[in-house]
Amino acid sequence: MASQNKRIAKELGEVTTSPPAGITVTLPNDSDLHKWHVVLEGPENTVYAGAKFGLIVSLPVEYPFKAPTVTFATRIYHPNVTNDSIGSICLGPLKAENWKPSTKLAGVLEAVRALLAEPMPDDPLEARIADEYRSDRKEFDKNARVYVQRYAKGAVKFDALAAAAEADAKKGAGAGAGSGSSAGGGAP
Amino acid sequence: MDTDDDFMSNVSSEDDMLPDDSDNDISGDDDFGFDDEPDAYIDSQKEIGNKRKTAYDISFKVYQPADVQKQQDDFIDEVNMILDISKEEAAILLRYFRWNKERLIEDYMDRPSQVLEAAGLAQTSAALPKMQVIPGFVCDICCEDEPGLQSFALKCNHRYCVDCYRHYLSQKIRGEGEAARIQCPSEGCNLIIDARSLDLLVTPELTERYHELLHRTYVEDKETLKWCPAPDCQNAIECGVKKKDLDKVVPTVSCLCGHRFCFGCIVNDHQPAPCEQVKRWLKKCADDSETANWISANTKECPKCNSTIEKNGGCNHMTCRKCKHEFCWMCMGLWSEHGTSWYNCNRFEEKSGTDARDAQAKSRVSLERYLHYYNRYANHEQSARLDKDIYHKTEKKMVQLQKESGMSWIEVQYLNSASQALQTCRQTLMWTYAFAFYLARNNLTEIFEDNQKDLEMAVEALSEMFERPITELAEPKLKVEIMDKTSYCNKRRVILLEDTAQNLADGRWTFNSELIGSGANGSSSTRR
Repeated sequence: MASQNKRIAKELGEVTTSPPAGITVTLPNDSDLHKWHVVLEGPENTVYAGAKFGLIVSLPVEYPFKAPTVTFATRIYHPNVTNDSIGSICLGPLKAENWKPSTKLAGVLEAVRALLAEPMPDDPLEARIADEYRSDRKEFDKNARVYVQRYAKGAVKFDALAAAAEADAKKGAGAGAGSGSSAGGGAP
Repeated sequence: MDTDDDFMSNVSSEDDMLPDDSDNDISGDDDFGFDDEPDAYIDSQKEIGNKRKTAYDISFKVYQPADVQKQQDDFIDEVNMILDISKEEAAILLRYFRWNKERLIEDYMDRPSQVLEAAGLAQTSAALPKMQVIPGFVCDICCEDEPGLQSFALKCNHRYCVDCYRHYLSQKIRGEGEAARIQCPSEGCNLIIDARSLDLLVTPELTERYHELLHRTYVEDKETLKWCPAPDCQNAIECGVKKKDLDKVVPTVSCLCGHRFCFGCIVNDHQPAPCEQVKRWLKKCADDSETANWISANTKECPKCNSTIEKNGGCNHMTCRKCKHEFCWMCMGLWSEHGTSWYNCNRFEEKSGTDARDAQAKSRVSLERYLHYYNRYANHEQSARLDKDIYHKTEKKMVQLQKESGMSWIEVQYLNSASQALQTCRQTLMWTYAFAFYLARNNLTEIFEDNQKDLEMAVEALSEMFERPITELAEPKLKVEIMDKTSYCNKRRVILLEDTAQNLADGRWTFNSELIGSGANGSSSTRR
């Protein structure tokens, strides 16, 4: 256990002293090394430029022998991130069968940022968005920018995001497609 | 009984209609020329000796754990003798070559050193991975740097401390069930950890699991071998049917433990439907594609905001609750363009309107067709379960029956046979409905449906007898009836399977290519 913390502390030290471009890592709770808050700046010259995304990194107790989980706390319009308040990411190195204990979190976070610059529509979590990305790039760019404007502007407030996600989960799937109904009036 | 005659006349009419039937097919049908029901029981006894192999029978062999071990040992001994290497090395090489002995021997003869190198058996002592203490070493996984730390690296020289290596291996072996193909822990390094290094590193408490996993690779690596999927069964089955032939045969095998399953896809016995259909059928039944069908049959989308709308009464003047768009339910056109012709929407007959209506009607027909087959499929599945329940109750009563009627244990076994016949026949019937769902309609389909009907009637009759109160079951008359019906059911099943399997092997079935929307007219059908 001690040696695992040593590894995490070392990684955390490296990430905070010489952070990779556009990535800021903080610990929400100083006594818990297993939960990281990450602010990811949208890469320049992409539809996400100027955006600030909140990411939550959870390290399992078995880390680094088991892969960490990385999720978007901020909503994002992207083929490889689920379009909901959970924000799961589809990223090769994070899959159990591909994870290697020598993989470093800094590398993982850089890979996430690279995914923003170059989505992988052939391996999508959101098939519809992936289709749009491939066939109607203009519409995709527009939607992605709308999301950035709506969700990813200004400082990232992790507490507010967590509260919103919880509220969403409570509400359930009721907010799906609204069901219209006949508004039949009388004939004249 | 009289249904039999129907069946026979159908066979002959099939022969009349399909002049390209080869002679041996006709003689094949002749095998069933004497199956009048009263004789059926006796006939089936007679048949065992002289009947040719039925079309749906495939050859297979069951191996118990000791047999599997012996086969591996034989392989290892052979390689050990031919190549003059130790048994341990032979085993590693065989696993590396996925038990392809011929290729191993050939490759080894050609270039022995490369083969040994690739399998992690390089002869040079320098290349042999071992645990080492290296001054100034820092483990890249745990960041430990204390002096005297034991470390290990494969030929790729990615060095980690032994503790981390062991952690990693236990995660792979215990957590993920990997043994023969674990990679170096370094990111991006694909080098497989060889068996010798594993033996060196694996801790004693993992050795057993590790060897069990290695043992399993033998069956998993061989295309002709598969584990019996029944819980707690350790047998393996050998069968020569290739993957590419699965559209021609349904390779049903039965293990010594009594479990019957398809060698192609491991699903429970699904004759007569071929594997691909089974996969599609199960998926179709499991996912909510039919919900989608219901939606398309009963709802429309708002032309403006695409909200799904179910019309729940009222007139055709629709106002979407969401976006307030006003449109006509009939033609989906703008309401404002309708003027005063509200109730005889004249745009209704326009092409786009007709198309939309056709699409809706089609969806409805396809849904009904699916439900027809699905309900029957599900019914047999459920009935088989209920028959089994009754049997369990009957089993207790059989003991009672033994006491009261003075019959011996052997003499009440007819109930057991009847129950088993019911189970197998219902299993078959169940899948005939999935099969029928994908069939395009033609003459063969009619024969098939007749066979299906005969089997179903026989099964229902037997099922009904089976449900009689225990006092009636003891009557000798009913006993004989049940025995006759049991063998008749089994026989009808054989006939049905024989017919479907033969036609499948000859590629004579026509399946509807599109599952949804294509009618049973076969116009858009493909042959497989």
